[in-house]
Amino acid sequence: MNSETNKTSAGAVPRGQANREQASHKFDGRRLLALVHKESLQAIRDPSTILIAFVLPVVLLFLFAYAVSLDVREVRIGVVLESDTASAQSLAAAFAGTRYLKVTPVRDRREVTDLVVSGKLRGFVVIPQDFERRLASFVAQPLVQVITDGSQPNTANFVANYAQGVVQTWGAGRRASAPPAPIRLEPRYWFNAELESRRALVPGAIAIVMTIIGTMLTALVVAREWERGTMEAIMSTPASVAEILIGKLLPYFILGMLATLASAALAIFVFDVPLRGSLLSLLTLSAVFLIPALGQGLLISAVTKNQFLASQVALFSGFLPSFLLSGFLFEIDAMPTAIQAITYLIPARYFVASLQTVFLAGDVWAVFLPNVAAMMAIGGFFFVIAKHKTRKNLEF
Amino acid sequence: MSAHTASDTTGERGKDTPAVVIDSVAKHFAEVHALRGFSAEIRYGRLTGLVGPDGAGKTTLMRIMTGLLVPNGGSVTLAGLDVVKDNDAIHIVSGYMPQRFGLYEDLSVMENMRLYAQLRGMNADQHTDIFESLLEFTRLGPFTKRLAGKLSGGMKQKLGLACALMARPEVLLLDEPGVGVDPVSRQDLWRMVQELTDEGMAVVWSTAYLDEAERCESVLLLNEGKLEFDGPPQELTDRIKQRSFRLTGVSDERRAVLSRALDLGTVGDGVIQGDAVRVVLRDGAGREEIDALADEAGAKLEPVQPRFEDAFIDLLGGGPGGTSALADRMDVVELDSDIAVSCKNLTKRFGDFTATDSVSFEVSRGEIFGLLGPNGAGKSTTFKMLCGLLKPTEGEAHVVGHDLRRATGAAKSQLGYMAQKFSLYGLLTVRQNLEFSAGVYGLEGAVKRERIDEMIETFDLKQYLTTSPDSLPLGFKQRLALACSLMHRPPVLFLDEPTSGVDPITRREFWTHINGLARKGVTVMVTTHFMDEAEYCDRVALMYRAKLIALDTPDALKHTSRSDKHPDPTMEDAFIHLVESADMEDEARADARAAA
Repeated sequence: MNSETNKTSAGAVPRGQANREQASHKFDGRRLLALVHKESLQAIRDPSTILIAFVLPVVLLFLFAYAVSLDVREVRIGVVLESDTASAQSLAAAFAGTRYLKVTPVRDRREVTDLVVSGKLRGFVVIPQDFERRLASFVAQPLVQVITDGSQPNTANFVANYAQGVVQTWGAGRRASAPPAPIRLEPRYWFNAELESRRALVPGAIAIVMTIIGTMLTALVVAREWERGTMEAIMSTPASVAEILIGKLLPYFILGMLATLASAALAIFVFDVPLRGSLLSLLTLSAVFLIPALGQGLLISAVTKNQFLASQVALFSGFLPSFLLSGFLFEIDAMPTAIQAITYLIPARYFVASLQTVFLAGDVWAVFLPNVAAMMAIGGFFFVIAKHKTRKNLEF
Repeated sequence: MSAHTASDTTGERGKDTPAVVIDSVAKHFAEVHALRGFSAEIRYGRLTGLVGPDGAGKTTLMRIMTGLLVPNGGSVTLAGLDVVKDNDAIHIVSGYMPQRFGLYEDLSVMENMRLYAQLRGMNADQHTDIFESLLEFTRLGPFTKRLAGKLSGGMKQKLGLACALMARPEVLLLDEPGVGVDPVSRQDLWRMVQELTDEGMAVVWSTAYLDEAERCESVLLLNEGKLEFDGPPQELTDRIKQRSFRLTGVSDERRAVLSRALDLGTVGDGVIQGDAVRVVLRDGAGREEIDALADEAGAKLEPVQPRFEDAFIDLLGGGPGGTSALADRMDVVELDSDIAVSCKNLTKRFGDFTATDSVSFEVSRGEIFGLLGPNGAGKSTTFKMLCGLLKPTEGEAHVVGHDLRRATGAAKSQLGYMAQKFSLYGLLTVRQNLEFSAGVYGLEGAVKRERIDEMIETFDLKQYLTTSPDSLPLGFKQRLALACSLMHRPPVLFLDEPTSGVDPITRREFWTHINGLARKGVTVMVTTHFMDEAEYCDRVALMYRAKLIALDTPDALKHTSRSDKHPDPTMEDAFIHLVESADMEDEARADARAAA
């Protein structure tokens, strides 16, 4: 060996015993650090990472805060006044007076049918010619006719019920001029007194953002290593599977936490969502949720080893279930029993419930603890399978 | 078993201790047998070539040696460690460079090197001397801040080598390091590997280029998962001593002479080399037949040094015959003009980047015209403009008289195009592929049926009609691709790297067809990275940095690089010479500008 004398060649590398001993360790902090450093550099340099981690959440939160609203307000309807009596006029005025409806008053029902067909109105109420007679009649018969646009079932339901409500309130008001009602109902809504859906949606949206970062981004970046052949080179070094995987996940865990903080700040300061619990519990819950999210991403990439496939699987097994089955947009109680059973397997379900609690109610650990346990269990399951599927060789 | 024993033994090991012991190793993936059970030894201080065509099992063996695959049978020990049982230790004593560039393209040269240093347990800040020596060794010093993705093919390989050399492995495994690397950079790689073996390292260099095998001290020759030869390459070429001949003075008739020579029973293999024809006689065959042929053609027959490729073909029982059933069926191509393809000041820019810079040439009817150049030199871009797949930024191009800017459709109907890797449809059967390409070129009814049947018969595809092209043997896959591109009998044929990844026997058959077609007047445009294949061309255009730097017959190009050091230069020597002198001219011009 003339390695010591040949200075220009690679032979100048010393072959210290210490190097070798250290290199043979199963788990080495410095190797992990090197991998984390590498992954962070890649994440920072890849514009799509920044886009997914910071721009997408802002867009999503704005969408859920402003564009998506489950509240019905100012629904456009027509009121066809076929009778000219004073009581008919006063009922029409009652319709016009509510803030939930926006009324177009007409005289002839033919004028509004076209508007309903073209979608300009969501329905109409006919106050018939014989309104006075119906009102006076003791036989129970409908006072008005309500026509709604069934192509939008939720709105149609709302219009029908609300029109019914207006008529009843109006009727009650007429009678109220006589003896006062014995009981008065005054409903109070807890946690979200104004019943603004935004307050429930924005915390839920954080769960969606975290799913995207945790599951989709992770699945993509690990699959990329397989696809580009860099995994093969890394595997031929002394780095262990645990180091490779943790080195991969740690940067995205931190990225996920940063995105949560940013989303929470946006929610509180821009969208006026109150944070009634503590920031600490919010961060703890998010950290726990990242366990199943990252685990799922890792599992997907370990099985598919292909970016396109990984993104598709992440979309269908991660993003869509969190969107549809977590109770974020659609209430779980309203789902068929079989679907409700499936929601128990979706980690986002537990996270959405926890988020809504921490934002709107406060630190209710009785709610958090079972959710935390469930997320950890699902996450642990994903990690065990992912570790099992990733061996330190190229065998399938 | 741990790393200790490995490093302890290295002190007293001699050149004769085996670095790798392969003991009847076998590996199969589902039904495919990648390695069929063979034994061999690889030694320290020596460059061992793992040679064989694509699909021979080279990469599988490499991955087994580096512990990334587990053999189904037999065992492999590397530096005294079992690759399965001592898997962790294997990664310490071996350095591995995968076939695909395995480094991070979005990290810089230095960042990649630091990562690998740390993964191999070195403190990057303490060992700046190692970095310096590696950078000097690989001549990557000026590029440390450049992102790895922005390096040229050759520089990428050097960086890969530098990373694999971190912490100095005892056995260095390089999987096809020469692929995608221009001859100049390849020269550099050879030099580096030479230095490493001189220091006692065992280096394994896998390659599909048989000319690379000749440079190795010892060779493991694989074919279809079997070990065909184990020993110094010279030993194999010696087997065909006095059986290699060159027929000179046949320049105009060389294709006809080759075709006739290959049809002789005593000739096992033959290729065109510039103006000459090179033949290898079968084992134990006499010279009489070839002598008679030389006399008849008025050629001079002279014995030449055998090459490794000749010996490999001989080992496999010789190449195919010299008659192309395909060309026999073709009618002679008649054109209005003698110029089949021409381009003038052809330029293509992508934004600021000029891929092709003012290229002009003319190709006559029946000519085989080669386009050569390192990766990224602009040959693919030029090629794509000539077949109407890309629109030129400036300049014009004509195919059989049709202006490619205006009459793209008409020009396309006059050319056949065979893309890299064959581009057949794996989800269609062989027959459906034929029908599809006939349909695409507008053949209908009786003509369509006739042509398809003709192709099936010529290429002997009958037994495979209902199978998918993916499951065809390589040779048949190539036949099918050629059949598809010739379905409409085009007067001009474009071949883009037609033989990359193809074994030498299949390549011989391919060139028999191409030679036959050229003799019928079909004009053939071809890009290739096999330097010896450039010898089949009538003329070769050499592209470098978007410019055409040389255009001449293969013999004339070789002649320019003749020197005392290289009295009989190869195409590769010529290539290196021309690229280097282009570089020097550029430098001289830059210096002149700086002086002014």
